[in-house]
Amino acid sequence: MVNASKPAARLIKLSAVLFAVGLWFSLFASPVAAETTNGELPFSISGTVSDSGTPLGGVKLSVTGETMTAPASVLTSADGTWLVGVPEKNADYVINLDVSSLPAGSSIVDDPDTVLVESEKVNVRVGPGGRVALNFFLGEVERNTTSFFDQLVARLINGLNFGLMLALAAIGLSLIYGTTGISNFAHAEMVTFGAISSLILVGIGLPLWLALIGAVVLSALFGWGMDSVLWAPLRRRNTGLVQLMIVSIGLSLAVRYTYQLFIGGNTEQLPGADTPKLQLFGSVSLSWIDVASMILSISLIAVFAWWLLRTRIGKATRAISDNPSLAAASGINVDAVVRVVWIVGSALAGFSGILWAYFRPGIRWDMGGQILLLMFAAVTLGGLGTAWGALAGSIIVGLLVETSTLFIPSDLKYVGALVILIVILLFRPQGILGRKERIG
Amino acid sequence: MDFLGVLNSTIGFVLDPVTFAFSLAALGLALHFGFAGLLNMGMAAFMALGAYGYAIGILTFGLPWYLAALLGPLAAVIFAIILGVPTLRLRGDYLAIVTIAAAEIMRLLFLTTTFGPVTGSADGLSGHNSATFWAANPIAEGQYDFGPFRGTELDWWVRLVGFGILCVAVVVVWLLVNSPWGRVLKGIREDEDALRSLGKNVFAFKMQALIIGGILGSLGGLVLAMGQNVNPNQYVTSITFYIWTALLLGGAATVFGPLAGSIIFWTIQAFIGLLMPALASEGLLFGLSSIQAAQIKFILVGLALVLIVVFRPQGIFGNKKELTFVK
Repeated sequence: MVNASKPAARLIKLSAVLFAVGLWFSLFASPVAAETTNGELPFSISGTVSDSGTPLGGVKLSVTGETMTAPASVLTSADGTWLVGVPEKNADYVINLDVSSLPAGSSIVDDPDTVLVESEKVNVRVGPGGRVALNFFLGEVERNTTSFFDQLVARLINGLNFGLMLALAAIGLSLIYGTTGISNFAHAEMVTFGAISSLILVGIGLPLWLALIGAVVLSALFGWGMDSVLWAPLRRRNTGLVQLMIVSIGLSLAVRYTYQLFIGGNTEQLPGADTPKLQLFGSVSLSWIDVASMILSISLIAVFAWWLLRTRIGKATRAISDNPSLAAASGINVDAVVRVVWIVGSALAGFSGILWAYFRPGIRWDMGGQILLLMFAAVTLGGLGTAWGALAGSIIVGLLVETSTLFIPSDLKYVGALVILIVILLFRPQGILGRKERIG
Repeated sequence: MDFLGVLNSTIGFVLDPVTFAFSLAALGLALHFGFAGLLNMGMAAFMALGAYGYAIGILTFGLPWYLAALLGPLAAVIFAIILGVPTLRLRGDYLAIVTIAAAEIMRLLFLTTTFGPVTGSADGLSGHNSATFWAANPIAEGQYDFGPFRGTELDWWVRLVGFGILCVAVVVVWLLVNSPWGRVLKGIREDEDALRSLGKNVFAFKMQALIIGGILGSLGGLVLAMGQNVNPNQYVTSITFYIWTALLLGGAATVFGPLAGSIIFWTIQAFIGLLMPALASEGLLFGLSSIQAAQIKFILVGLALVLIVVFRPQGIFGNKKELTFVK
């Protein structure tokens, strides 16, 4: 390392940013718990009550149904959430919102994205899944008052945020692919790992900023551990690429269900996930979390770019991506570089998992799996194995996913990105920045 | 703990329609991966097409069940062509990523509320069997028990039809892979360029294999839909991975490997799925709840997949010379 002082300075700057953001985060640390009635019953109806986006606490709801012996009533908690356990699935229930418990000035309206709520009395059917979410949105509806242009700008900003977050994960995926040839399906679990370890570190009482740094460090260790336990021995055995891909699928299954074993099937929130949005201009509203998320993503990508372009090990990484045999012949220790790539890729993925936990919002055992295919779409779009391609591809995918909801139903928003993936392979299989030789 | 009960229910799984359904899908995948070398990671979508084609054919179009049963395979043919055209000329891992993405697109399309009136959205479809396929049951009403294999006349009717479809499929696949066509397919798997230099149209052969395997997958979905409701959650990506595990366990480049692999996989999975909660309720699993214990099964599936691929890539019944992982 020629200029050892420079990276140290950058690191200090980065941790200062992390520290500042962390301090800010910790102001909002408050656990979120839904108010629950009949929680011991196997199935449930749950949701939130909110008025123009602000959650309403203390609203009384009652649930009746043929299978229930007595009506169950529940008061919403301070964050507007409620949950009522019900005895049977595949059964109908009636939910009644007690209008007299509402603050003055609220009226019931419907929202296009969730269960339609037209009056204070709602019939729901708890289907085979055994769980139903039912949200009451009160107050003035503003959805038709914003112009198309305003909506587009709002979606673009949201999409950029999502794309940057996706890029952090996709760059790691692409680097690992470039240096080892593995299409790593377990990358999704590396994303989830970052989010879950931050949750655990917050749970044991660390302040949020320390928990987030700790989670990234743990993620790096996780990557290092996976490489030394699994991937390095497989490299020495000269295992074929298809085999490696299927190994990564098996690993992904095992790790994913291990998460579920430990944190269960619920969605957990990191502190600060319910930060109110700030109105910026037009219909664009961002929370501080969104702003911090974008700034952190951009600075981390900048640090990574410097690492890949300026440091010896970064240059070695690119050399191996280009031609592993030639790199080995010119004296590069391929095994050591690949280990570093796993560590860097895993740390980036872990950090993107934390951002994803705020973006969704919530931490679930399969949260990484939800964006795995988008990562692959981004990496393929940009060109497999190139870091800049992954960055460009991610931002395009992020913008596409968010803006497509202006034209198609929001539960189909990932379809657009996946269709683009297939279309790209049809016309330019090497991706935007890839070279033709890679497609074999 | 009722260990005998657990064992008994496990053996019952050998003749479960679910086992037949996954054997069919594994057989299709054997044709794709074992014989043609195609990395299809979207088998769940082919199964979903078979199941939804059947259920929608009856519920929306009002077709008789035997005609509705043909809709799924037809949709699978179209789906295979759409998938194959952009990807069959590319390297294997591209096909893997595209098929897994396409399967996810199919699942999201079945899940969305936009097509809710036809697909039933998240609730799926039910009631397609009672007045049609189940009404055509020739077996007299009653409970028929043969040792661990129990069931009503309906259970046996579904088993019988499922087993029949599976037998026909096995014979067809066996004849196919032992024909000149099958030998060309194996040649493509081993060395595409060599086959091309012999004047074979590699793309066409791969496409035919993709279509035939896809039809088998859709028949698997059909057998599933004949016995139960159709739900989009049944056709998630994990199902594709289970089929892969079953296939690799038995041996990818064989005809009977996928069958044996499916039976072994599903009975072991059922055994662990029944045993672990039973152990947990006895307090033998370090205080895990029975719901947590049931998840151990999925962790073990993942580990099994890793171990098979690393240590016995040819599977239990496979021949090491026919290693399909050469590339």
